[in-house]
Amino acid sequence: MKSIDNDGTGAVPSGIDLQPRSVVGVEVPREAAAGAPVQLTELSGRTVGDVKAQDAYVVAEDVNVRYGSNHAIRDITLEIGRNEVVALIGPSGCGKSTFLRCLNRMNDSIESAIVTGRITLGGQDIYSRELDPVALRARVGMVFQKPNPFPKSIYDNVAYGPRIHGLAADRSELDHIVHTSLDRAGLLKEVRDRFDDPGTSLSGGQQQRLCIARTIAVNPEVILMDEPCSALDPIATARIEDLIDELSKNYAIVIVTHSMQQAARVSQRVAYFHLGMLIEVDETNRVFTNPQHKLTEDYITGRIG
Amino acid sequence: MNVRSKSMTREIVEAGLAKRRRKDRVFRTLGLLSTAVGLVFLITFFATLASQGASAFKQTHIILNIELSRELLAPDGPFDIDYADFDAVVRQALRRELGDVNGRRDRREMNRLLSIGAAYQVKDTIAKNPDLLGSTLKMLLPVSADVDMLLKGNIDRDLEQSQRPLSDRQIEWVDRLIEKDRLVSRFNSALFSNGDSREPELSGIRGALMGSVYMLLITILIAFPVGVATAIYLEEFAPRNFWADLVEVNINNLAAVPSIVFGLLGLAVFINWIGVPRSSSLVGGLVLALITLPVIIIASRAAIKAVPPSIREAATGLGASRMQVVAHHVLPLALPGMLTGAIIGMSRALGESAPLLMIGMVAFIVDVPAGFTDPATALPVQIYLWADSPERAFAERTAAAIIVLLGFLLLMNLAAVIMRRRVERQW
Ligand SMILES: Nc1ncnc2c1ncn2[C@@H]1O[C@H](COP(=O)(O)OP(=O)(O)OP(=O)(O)O)[C@@H](O)[C@H]1O
Ligand SMILES: [Mg+2]
Repeated sequence: MKSIDNDGTGAVPSGIDLQPRSVVGVEVPREAAAGAPVQLTELSGRTVGDVKAQDAYVVAEDVNVRYGSNHAIRDITLEIGRNEVVALIGPSGCGKSTFLRCLNRMNDSIESAIVTGRITLGGQDIYSRELDPVALRARVGMVFQKPNPFPKSIYDNVAYGPRIHGLAADRSELDHIVHTSLDRAGLLKEVRDRFDDPGTSLSGGQQQRLCIARTIAVNPEVILMDEPCSALDPIATARIEDLIDELSKNYAIVIVTHSMQQAARVSQRVAYFHLGMLIEVDETNRVFTNPQHKLTEDYITGRIG
Repeated sequence: MNVRSKSMTREIVEAGLAKRRRKDRVFRTLGLLSTAVGLVFLITFFATLASQGASAFKQTHIILNIELSRELLAPDGPFDIDYADFDAVVRQALRRELGDVNGRRDRREMNRLLSIGAAYQVKDTIAKNPDLLGSTLKMLLPVSADVDMLLKGNIDRDLEQSQRPLSDRQIEWVDRLIEKDRLVSRFNSALFSNGDSREPELSGIRGALMGSVYMLLITILIAFPVGVATAIYLEEFAPRNFWADLVEVNINNLAAVPSIVFGLLGLAVFINWIGVPRSSSLVGGLVLALITLPVIIIASRAAIKAVPPSIREAATGLGASRMQVVAHHVLPLALPGMLTGAIIGMSRALGESAPLLMIGMVAFIVDVPAGFTDPATALPVQIYLWADSPERAFAERTAAAIIVLLGFLLLMNLAAVIMRRRVERQW
C-alpha cells in the first residue's frame, strides 16, 4: 500500500499523472467551503493514499468536468474494484455527484458540461465513439438521491429496463426477472400482491428499494448510488445498507454519502473529495482511523462541511 | 432575554393578526364579487340568447288538403315532374281553404302566405311516390316567414298597414286559418337539414355546421401532430442556441398575430400559389391549422417542461434512448397538457371568422358541402351573414345559430376533457 504525502515524497502510482495544475491554487479560496481557511499547500492537487484498486474494473484517469466556466472536478484519478464498494464523501458541492455521473455519462444530457480525461470500464473507454451511452447505462446502473419511480405500476417499473433492452424472451422470463429483482431489493414481501399498484403509492423507503430493484433488473456490472438513503429513516437506511452489502458480492458499487457512519459500514474504500479535487483515497478503516491529509481529518472530525 | 423576546414575538404577531385577517376577508370578498359579476354577465348572455333563439327551433306549418289533380300537374297529357306546376296545386288548396280569394291582387297576396318550400315539398312527395298522382293528400306545409313571425308575435298588428310586411287582408286570412286550426307549430327540422337560403323559413345551418366540422377535422389532423412534434423537437432535441431562441420568439409572436393576417396568407399561399379550391373547407382548415399551431406548440412545450426531470433521469439512467424517454415517459405525462392546448386552439378555430372572409368562405352557399373541396361556410360566418340580413325571421335564426355554435363548442370541449381523463388515468 503506497501512500503519498503532501510534499510528494511518496511514490506516485505509475501511469497516473498527478501533477498539480496551475489553476488549482488560484481559484480555491474563493470557493472555499465553510470551516477552516484552506491553505494553498494543503491543496497541491495530489491525491493522498492509494487510488489503485485490487481488481480494478472502473478506472478513471485525469477526469475533469467543467460546467461552462465552473471547473467542477479536477484531475480525478480513481479505480474501482470488481466487487468493491467505494464511498465518495466530502462537503456539499465538492463534485461527488458530478464524478459519479461521469461514470455512466449522465453528464451528456447537461449541455454545459464538458468532460475530459479517460474512464474505462473493463478496459473499454466509455467515452469512445464506438460505445453507445445507451449500452453503457445498461452496464452501469444508477440509483438517485430522491426516489424517482416511474408513474407506472410496480411491475412495470421493474420490468422497464429489461423491456427496453430486450432482456426477457417472454412474459414468464420477465416475471422471473421482476420477482428476483424485487426479492433481492428486499421489497418482494411487501409488494407481492400489489404489483399493479402505482410505484408512487409506496412509502419513500419502499420507493427507493423499488428504484434499486429497477436498477438491478437490468443486471448491470456497476451500480452508482447518489445518496440513496438521504430521504430515508434509520430502519429503511439499515435495510438498504444490508442490501448494498448483499449486492457487493456481484457488483462494483460506488456510493455517495454524507454519513460517515454509512461510509464506514458499507464501503471497503473511501474517497474524500474537496472543492472538486480528490484529496484522499484509502481503505475505509485507514481513512477513518488514521487520515493522512489534514482536510480529510478536518472533514471526518466534523470541522468542515 | 430569550423568554422576553419570545413573548414579544407573540405580541407583535397577535397585534398584526387582525390586519392580516382583514386583508384576507377583503381579498375573498373581492374575488367573490368578481366571480358574481362574471356569472351575472354569463347568465344574462345565455338568457338573452335563449329567449331570442328558442323560437327559431319551432316553425309554423299549414295543414292543407292537396288535390294532386292531373289537370293542374299535367295539363298537356304526359306527366313530367320537372315541368309540373306544383305551386298551382298548393295555391289551389289554400284558395279552397280560404274561399274568398278573388281577383289577381287577392291571389298575389294569398300566394305570399305560403313558403316557396311548400311546392318543393309536394314535388318531393310525388317524386318518392308517383302513384299518388290523382289522389288528394293532407299535407303539412311551411308557411312564409312573415306568417310565422305574426304567429310568434313578432309583427305588430296595430301598425299602419304599409309599415308591416302583412296587409290587413293577409292578417284576416291568417286569423281565419288559426280559427280553423289549420296553422300548427312544429319542430323546425329545416334549420338542421338545410343549407342557407334567401327565404328565412327555408334556411338552415347544416351547411355551415358541416363546413365547420370539415374544417376542424383538417385543423386538428394537421395542427395537433405537427404542433406536438414541433414541441417535442424544440424541447428534447433542438440544441439550445441563437436559432432556437429565434424560433421560440417567432412562435410566441405568431400566437399573437391577428387572425385576419393568416387569412391573407392562406389566400396568397394556399389558393393563389398551391391552388387549393377557394371557399372550400380544405383551405379553411389549413388556415385555421396555421392559427392553432402556435397555441398547441406553446401549450405542448409547457406540458413537456412540466415533466419532472427526475423521471427523465430515471429512464436515461436505465439506458433508455432519447426517443424512448420521450415516447415512454415524457409524452404520456405531457399529453393531458397538450390536449388542453388543443382544446384552446380548436375553440379559437371554431369561433374564427375574419380569416375565412379572406379565403372566400363568406359566400352565400345553399348546398350542404359533401366533401373537403366543396364550397362551404362556417358557423360564425353564417351567424354574421344572418345577423346582417334585414328580415325579422333571420334575427331569431342568428340567435339559434349562436346556440348551436356554443353547443358544438361545449361538445368538443367535453370530448377533449373525457379524452384527457382517459390518458390521465393511465398511470
Ligand atoms: N447541472 C449543472 N450545471 C452547472 N453546474 C453544476 C451542475 N451540477 C453541478 N454543478 C456544479 O458543480 C459543482 C459540483 O456539484 P456536485 O453536484 O457534483 O456536488 P456534490 O458533491 O454532489 O454536492 P452535494 O453533496 O450537495 O450533492 C458545484 O459547484 C455545482 O454548482
Ligand atoms: Mg450530489
